[in-house]
Amino acid sequence: MEFTRRREFIAGFKDTFPLVLGAIPFAIIFGALAIDAGLSPAAAMGLSLFVFAGSAQFIGVGLVSQNASLAIIVLTTFVVNLRHALYSASLAPYVKHLPQTWLAPLAFWLTDETYAVVIRHYQRDDESPYKHWYYLGSAVFMYVNWNIFSVVGILAGQQLQGLNDLRLDFAMVVTFVGIVVPIIINRPMLVCAIVAGATGVLTYDMPNKMGLMVAAVLGIAAGILAETYQNRRTPTVSALNQEVK
Amino acid sequence: MNELLLVAGMALVTVAIRYPTMAIFGRIPLPDALIRALRYVPVAVLTAIIVPLMIMPDGEVALSLDNAFLIGGIAATVIAWRTKNLLLTIVLGMAIFLIWRAVI
Repeated sequence: MEFTRRREFIAGFKDTFPLVLGAIPFAIIFGALAIDAGLSPAAAMGLSLFVFAGSAQFIGVGLVSQNASLAIIVLTTFVVNLRHALYSASLAPYVKHLPQTWLAPLAFWLTDETYAVVIRHYQRDDESPYKHWYYLGSAVFMYVNWNIFSVVGILAGQQLQGLNDLRLDFAMVVTFVGIVVPIIINRPMLVCAIVAGATGVLTYDMPNKMGLMVAAVLGIAAGILAETYQNRRTPTVSALNQEVK
Repeated sequence: MNELLLVAGMALVTVAIRYPTMAIFGRIPLPDALIRALRYVPVAVLTAIIVPLMIMPDGEVALSLDNAFLIGGIAATVIAWRTKNLLLTIVLGMAIFLIWRAVI
């Protein structure tokens, strides 16, 4: 099949559909929570339009309702979003040929969901020169959807009481489970997940959600250690695994 | 709370994380060790977000059948593992969660 910009864009759109679906309840509950926390509808919308980072927006409005200072909220946003630096770094080699007019919006639109879909597409070894259009399709879909349903959540938050009691934030769990489980394809990945998850629970009470970063770093370290150990035991198999990259 | 500063602050810090890394790391070659480490990033970060949510949805460890986050999360994990189908995981997982919450 021939590669075209249009085809790539639509493929990105399609592959992101399940994740867009998962983001809907999440966006609604964000809008409702923001109003509940005392933010104006304009500020709540501003977060979805200009920050566009689901979990950070959630945690941010949570801190607003606890009367945290602006400095603390910005610092927490930084920590919670640090994982995006890792995502960006891992995508960088694939997008280095693009001009800044492409890079800047693609970077702005980077989310867990789009990263999960796009990195898989880049790692597929076909020769399409238009994979950034796939990225764009995924990103635009997530962005438009996130903002539409933020509006819905804001309106609902103004009208309805008790919406937060539904705990629709569970949508984040199913979405991330759906992303993570299929990529746990070997023992080192499993070790990484177990260590990251356990550490996440143990460090939950650390200030400013710092535990998230600690858990991520320990998980990555554990995965690499497990991989090294496995390679030492079965050199032939590991040599094959290396080629998958 | 100055809302304008809140939105601007959160927006700036977020873009400062996402953009420079993407622009810079494309120009300098990444060491192999870093590439290896990056492969573990999504699993490590996302698991570190969801496991505490499942085990302690209200901030306290709740290992019981009353915890719909735990039950729904485990169900979603099994569905994802057996089917590898993202849409099914999200829809069925959410349905199981809501039903469980309605029943208990």
